[in-house]
Amino acid sequence: MGYPHPIHDRETPVISKYFGDREAISLEGWRKRGGYKALEKALTMTPTEIVDIVKASGLRGRGGAGFPTGLKWSFMRLDDGKPHYLCCNADESEPGTFKDREIMRWTPHALIEGCAIGAYAIGAETAYIYIRGEFTEPIARMNAAVKEAYAAGILGPNAMGTGKRVDVHVHRGAGAYICGEETALMNSLEGRRGNPRIKPPFPAVSGLFGQPTTINNVETLTAVPHILNNGAEWYSKLTLSSPKSAGSKLFSVCGNVLRPGNYEVTLGFPFKDFLYDVCGGPLPGRKFRAIIPGGVSVPIQTMEEAEATMMDYEGFIEQGSMLGSGGVIIIDDAQNLVKQIARIARFFAHESCAQCTQCREGTAWTTKILERIRDGEGTMEDLDTLLSIADNMTGKTICVLSDSCATPVVSGLKKFRGDFEALIKRKTFHPVLEPSLSAVA
Amino acid sequence: MSSTTNLTHGHDEVYEPVFVGERKSNLEELFGRYPTKQACLLPALWMVQEARGWVSEAGMAEVADILELTPAYVKGVVTFYTMYNQHPVGKYFIQVCTTAPCNVCGAEGVVEAFLQHTKCGELGVTSSDGKYTVIEVECLGACGFATPVMINEDFIESVTPERVPEILAGLQ
Amino acid sequence: MATSAIPENQTKMVTLTIEGRQVSVPEGTSILEAAKQAGILIPHYCYHPGLPVAGVCRMCLVEVEKAPKLAPSCATSVAEGQVVHVHSEKSLEARKGVLEMLLINHPLDCPICDQSGECELQDYTAKEGRKDSRYREPKRFDPVEDFGGDVLYVPNRCILCTRCVRFMDDVAEDTVLNVSERGDRALIGKFEDKDLTHPWAGNVVDLCPVGALLSKDFLNKARAWELDHSASICPGCSQGCNISLQTRDNTVVRLQPRSNEAVNEYFMCDHGRMNYRWMNRTDRLDSPMVKTNGALVNADWDVAIPTAADLIRKGRVYVAASAGLSNEALYLLSQIAISRNGDGGFSVETGPEAPLAGVKDLSLRKDRAPNATGAELLGFKRGDSSLAGLQNGDVLVIADDELLNANESDLAKASSVIVIGTVLPPSVNADVILPIANFAEEEGTFTNLRGRVQRFLQAKAAPGMARPSWYVLADLCQAVGLAGDYYLASDVFEAMAASTPKFSGLSYDTLGLRGLPVVDQPLVGAGA
Repeated sequence: MGYPHPIHDRETPVISKYFGDREAISLEGWRKRGGYKALEKALTMTPTEIVDIVKASGLRGRGGAGFPTGLKWSFMRLDDGKPHYLCCNADESEPGTFKDREIMRWTPHALIEGCAIGAYAIGAETAYIYIRGEFTEPIARMNAAVKEAYAAGILGPNAMGTGKRVDVHVHRGAGAYICGEETALMNSLEGRRGNPRIKPPFPAVSGLFGQPTTINNVETLTAVPHILNNGAEWYSKLTLSSPKSAGSKLFSVCGNVLRPGNYEVTLGFPFKDFLYDVCGGPLPGRKFRAIIPGGVSVPIQTMEEAEATMMDYEGFIEQGSMLGSGGVIIIDDAQNLVKQIARIARFFAHESCAQCTQCREGTAWTTKILERIRDGEGTMEDLDTLLSIADNMTGKTICVLSDSCATPVVSGLKKFRGDFEALIKRKTFHPVLEPSLSAVA
Repeated sequence: MSSTTNLTHGHDEVYEPVFVGERKSNLEELFGRYPTKQACLLPALWMVQEARGWVSEAGMAEVADILELTPAYVKGVVTFYTMYNQHPVGKYFIQVCTTAPCNVCGAEGVVEAFLQHTKCGELGVTSSDGKYTVIEVECLGACGFATPVMINEDFIESVTPERVPEILAGLQ
Repeated sequence: MATSAIPENQTKMVTLTIEGRQVSVPEGTSILEAAKQAGILIPHYCYHPGLPVAGVCRMCLVEVEKAPKLAPSCATSVAEGQVVHVHSEKSLEARKGVLEMLLINHPLDCPICDQSGECELQDYTAKEGRKDSRYREPKRFDPVEDFGGDVLYVPNRCILCTRCVRFMDDVAEDTVLNVSERGDRALIGKFEDKDLTHPWAGNVVDLCPVGALLSKDFLNKARAWELDHSASICPGCSQGCNISLQTRDNTVVRLQPRSNEAVNEYFMCDHGRMNYRWMNRTDRLDSPMVKTNGALVNADWDVAIPTAADLIRKGRVYVAASAGLSNEALYLLSQIAISRNGDGGFSVETGPEAPLAGVKDLSLRKDRAPNATGAELLGFKRGDSSLAGLQNGDVLVIADDELLNANESDLAKASSVIVIGTVLPPSVNADVILPIANFAEEEGTFTNLRGRVQRFLQAKAAPGMARPSWYVLADLCQAVGLAGDYYLASDVFEAMAASTPKFSGLSYDTLGLRGLPVVDQPLVGAGA
């Protein structure tokens, strides 16, 4: 549901059904709403059976990359005799995204159930939920829920009385965007700097503590109990477009919009209807100018692109962007787009782990140039330099933070070059004049 | 590895170890959750910050000692994560998100309002009465509730410049 | 950690093409190492064969056909049939990009930087970098920091390759360095009062590819291009680390490790590194001297050698030798002693052992002399005092020995004293003095504690009339009627190899500049 707003009738609330429902937080309340039935069922099945169901459901990773979840789980060799680990990525740090936060705040047991099923399916006895340090309330809710689950015998050496061991631990981050990158998260959990690791080896071979590890996003794991309860076919049919993109998906909506919040829709939903109907459209007297539909790491869309988009993994790519984390950032015609692109670059410069040269130096350099343009000190030459730096920052580093910093610059310059040129020529920002100068592609 | 007895607290005062009594047993309980002691580094540093309000070099050395790491290693980790305060902060540590999604909703005005009403004047500078420190922070992950502000461990959503005096009054 | 050679017959070989050259390497080899074997240097900063792979500088990106992205060659294993382009347009563009990024915050202070002339940033920028920078913003500035030990850190020049951090962490196993902060604020850090005092810490200066870590000892002493480098062996202990002995205007100014997988990989300890000032001593014996009417007076070699020979013929000869002398000198001394029914002894200064944890069998050894093993193999007896075996009436030959722990009263046993050395030990009443070159001024071989025989080359000129030790001793041998028809140090070595079973089969040619072990028999008393 569009918490804090009531459920919109065009939403498909599966995961978000109980957002805002205080009673759903406790174990008792969660059980009344059907909680832990899926885990009970799962523990009577073989791990392979669970993986097959998840595969058949078409569930894809909700963290950003969209990798098929069942396939990822199947990479874990159940007979290798090594300890396996499940990491739940609750480091939700992609600006514009705040869905996992609400899942943990309102339905902590849903996540624990998903983690327990996931751990069992990949042959792990331990799951760690790595939550970003700033999420004090979700951390408190998760800790309380884990305690309840242990006390009730849901977790522990004899999970749900089956004699199977399932441990779930909450681990608090300490302020680092990059720890949402899966190998950086593992390093962080191990008590290291959150530096992404070179792949290969991939986590399924050597991940957390050097052991086979699977890492899944909060929303992904939370969807699993629903799939076990309702069947793979049910989930795979929750689509309005491509069968490759199945299920319901939470989109976090923020920025210059009437009703910001989380909305759960079936993949393939028309983005135009989503923006203007479900989210209520622009603020009074304003017009939407640009959309960043999947967190700040994805390309900026023009309104023409956005309004033609089908909301699924393929649909966003077709319209010049990516689904990413589902964090929809809306920018209206009163905003200085160059300033916001500079602000995004500053974010990445702040968060670069400092390992790779292009990222460490490139993010900071990009920021400095953009801020200079923002302040009316830019030159036309700067625009060429920005694109050239962006090229050097793309596809050449250990992780994609560097690419992510280049993305808004490249898409911004491609689609809204007029905004940059106007600032360079006029030295100051004029909100009313700017849009007309922009060569909208 | 240094012993914790002769460490100083940045100045000349004697350093009181953090990990005694209940905190020590809480940390030791965590050891059972992970296959390595090192994995308890972030939790241990959190415990230092909870106890002292910041993580001093002496605190880092104490953690290093307990987790069988070197102080330099621990410092490398501490400086990576922005939430560990490497200097004392005011009684109320105010972190305002100004990343793009909040920025388009006027987050900079919220920062200005906090700086003005706390009399801190400048980012990162503690007010003369030791009460407040205001910093800008990167994305707090509550973009739909712009502008989110963290005051110590508490999250306040949808803050506008107009709400700032009332929020500060509530802290007294 | 380091790339220890895997026997080829046990490993699957992989064949690939790099810059059009086919090369076969063991499975698991990185593209960067495979390229080296094909004779192609892939530019790199963070990679070092003696350290774990980091893959962070992104300088070694190469184009691998059919791969979607450029590959970091240090962290990419070879694959059968791979076709690699190191100098393709795409690879060159990527490296140019990295170089530009590395330079945006790097001061252009090469004229005052110690690394200039041996700086990999300078070299690759000259070779592949942009002619100009597009950076218009202010550069980052951080003050110079004293890291303790011999090391200064200049953060502005640092390219964050992390070689130093990885060396201290994984090789020295003493994590005193870290990467602090993030983004472009990142720099190498340490903890207050925890300095780079590890006995092997000085290696971080060599490992640093730029001028960010500097040796205080070498600071502003010389420009790299003024230095003459000679392959040598560290005389600081019995480990026998291979070194490059560097001189400027006939003065030794720096010792640096020279790689040898079998001995010291890429490293040397700080004790060895700093142990060079004695090579520049100016209070040297620089003329032969003969006692005339109770006083030592300068003489010509033509006079001094026969005078010494006359003394030698008079009785039993006892040689007090230094364990810092070459095998060649010790061999000739042993020949003289044997011919006069004599004997020889030596003593070795010792100190605490200091191993380098991450490298097998590499340590600053207790024996602080390079050739105690050679001396023992050639029949010299080790004792607390080198005079232990001296008998009443012996002709005493003091061969560059400082007479450590020797009693002055022992000297009185000698009927006469011949000093063959670089300096005159105090309280020695010499009858003849034959001045010789010191270790840096001659060539020869040492035998390390594991019995490895290694050559060192001459690095500077000897003072005055001083001559190489083997040369002086060969003349003396001839003068007393022994074989001594040697014109080169290698001639002496050949004679030694022919008559000493342990050295049989070895020659300067087969030793090369990496050395070879002596004939494999248990070495008695050669332990640490």
